[in-house]
Amino acid sequence: MGGGAMAIKTIIPTSSPSTSSNEPVHPISADLEVRIRKRYLNPEGSFHLNVHFRALAGFTILFGASGAGKTTLLDCIAGLTDPDEGRIAVGGEVLYDAEKKRKVAAWKRRIGYVHQDLALFPHLTAEENVAYGLRTLSAPQRKKRSREMLESFRIDHLRDRRPSQISGGERQRVALARALVTEPRALLLDEPLAALDRPTKSSLVSDLRNWNQIHRVPILYVTHDGEEVFALGDEVIVLDAGRIVAQGQPHEVMRAPRLETVAHLSGFENIFDATVLALHEDRGTMACRLGSGEVELETPLVRAEVGSRMRVGVRAGDLLLATENPHGLSARNILPGTIRRLVQRDVIISALVDCGGTEFEVHVTLAARDALQLGPGKAVWVVVKTHSCHLMGM
Amino acid sequence: MNWEAFWLTVRLAGIVSTLLIAIGIPVAYWLTYSRWRWKFLVEAAVALPIVLPPTVLGFYVLVALGSRSPLGRWWESLTGHTLAFTFEGLVIGSLLYSLPFAVQPFAASFGAVDPNLLRASASLGHSPARTFRRVVLPLSKAGLVTGFALSFAHTLGEFGVVLMVGGNIPGVTRTISIDIYDQVQTANYSSANQTALVLLIISFLLLSVVFGLNRYGLHRSPWAVGPWR
Repeated sequence: MGGGAMAIKTIIPTSSPSTSSNEPVHPISADLEVRIRKRYLNPEGSFHLNVHFRALAGFTILFGASGAGKTTLLDCIAGLTDPDEGRIAVGGEVLYDAEKKRKVAAWKRRIGYVHQDLALFPHLTAEENVAYGLRTLSAPQRKKRSREMLESFRIDHLRDRRPSQISGGERQRVALARALVTEPRALLLDEPLAALDRPTKSSLVSDLRNWNQIHRVPILYVTHDGEEVFALGDEVIVLDAGRIVAQGQPHEVMRAPRLETVAHLSGFENIFDATVLALHEDRGTMACRLGSGEVELETPLVRAEVGSRMRVGVRAGDLLLATENPHGLSARNILPGTIRRLVQRDVIISALVDCGGTEFEVHVTLAARDALQLGPGKAVWVVVKTHSCHLMGM
Repeated sequence: MNWEAFWLTVRLAGIVSTLLIAIGIPVAYWLTYSRWRWKFLVEAAVALPIVLPPTVLGFYVLVALGSRSPLGRWWESLTGHTLAFTFEGLVIGSLLYSLPFAVQPFAASFGAVDPNLLRASASLGHSPARTFRRVVLPLSKAGLVTGFALSFAHTLGEFGVVLMVGGNIPGVTRTISIDIYDQVQTANYSSANQTALVLLIISFLLLSVVFGLNRYGLHRSPWAVGPWR
């Protein structure tokens, strides 16, 4: 995160007199428990959201393709829509329980929710927007608290402007400040930073982190950007078609995906059907044939039987290209092939290489392309490290 | 120019359009947010005065206000006289007659408020009623002004209902449009012309305000709340 350099004026002590006098002080670690089912619709049809998890204080990333049910899940927690069945509790207080027919209205839940399109009130200034949620405070208290919040988010100078008069990044800050100033018991962020450039994003993220150092509430953070998962997540939950398909720390879930959905989401450009040819238990490896072609790969050993079918995921950035048959490498897989085409994306060159009927996508730099004089039709060798091959169940 | 009739009409229109703000806002709120399956029937009923001949509406109002109806009897026991052929009766008739001209712009502007703002307001701890007051109403200013101006202008120009319910009592129920009719009946064309011109100009100015507002807006937020959605 590049935002570390941005000094944060730290805000609002937890024991500010305004909260202790008229609101119950919530426990230091108020975790969020969710066990719900709900039928929902997306453009591809009707799905069942069926999730059960517990989010502790800190960032929990909800990761999944669009339509996976992330927003439906957040809406249920916020009370903006009702699950079909289940139970939701935060810090021990039950917000929803279908069996006991208990339902706390959305406006009584004290759960902060920042939606992707922010929903700032267009008729109010930035300061009035931030003060909006402080209705239980007296006017001077309200002003004091919202000013402090505006300052800590470095948007104090915008306080008299309307949302239409400030930039996208500034609007995001106002929206976050507006949700945080109410000291919610949990925070739901639905891709709040999706539209931001990277420096703005990382400085906002560090503001958020600093805020949560003090408040220690569960933050559910929705994204479908794999990078954000690593940058933010203490914990990641992967949703696919309404179900949790993986859960754990980001490096566990994302680096060794056991499921193809995770692999797609986490940026495996190369995913192959594979058949296990031989197990080398002594060496901790096994041999797999890719697809129906003739390419064989040595991969890490997993619990499998000879002849069983697997999927192998390989990141395009983990592959090497050589213009001569290399030797003296530790990499176990060296596959001859031909470049079919080169596509430039930003500063990355994506080369599609045909190795005996199996196509690999390989990412190289501009300089590498020029130095190796890569181009369509050129004969190359694709180098694949054994441990760059990630095996997934089918 | 009959100033007595003129001021009577302005007073009637002012009272009716002011009352319609109070009546129209809850009705429009219900029409906007209710999920009742038979809501469309209420919508149709509210819109009826737009298409119904004013004499038909006037006839039913007259029957409802008369001393044979429960409402008429209740009013008579309270005040000692009937509602028909009084200014109060005229107000009641005009309220019904102009109701859609207030309710429809109100409902259209409430419905135009981004639902995400309502959700955000709920997450920030505001009840639906407070959300309505602090978010929906301020963002519906144009619709409120439009509804007020249209119901004012519409009441100003009503004829059939007034004739049926109010009769033609100078200073009590003789409005400006009845006055024009009377003058034409007595071949007093120059006076009729004068009064008609005043009515024309006022109505045009009111409608100009409405369309001007909808064109330019106050916050440059959606003001698309024309009376005929």
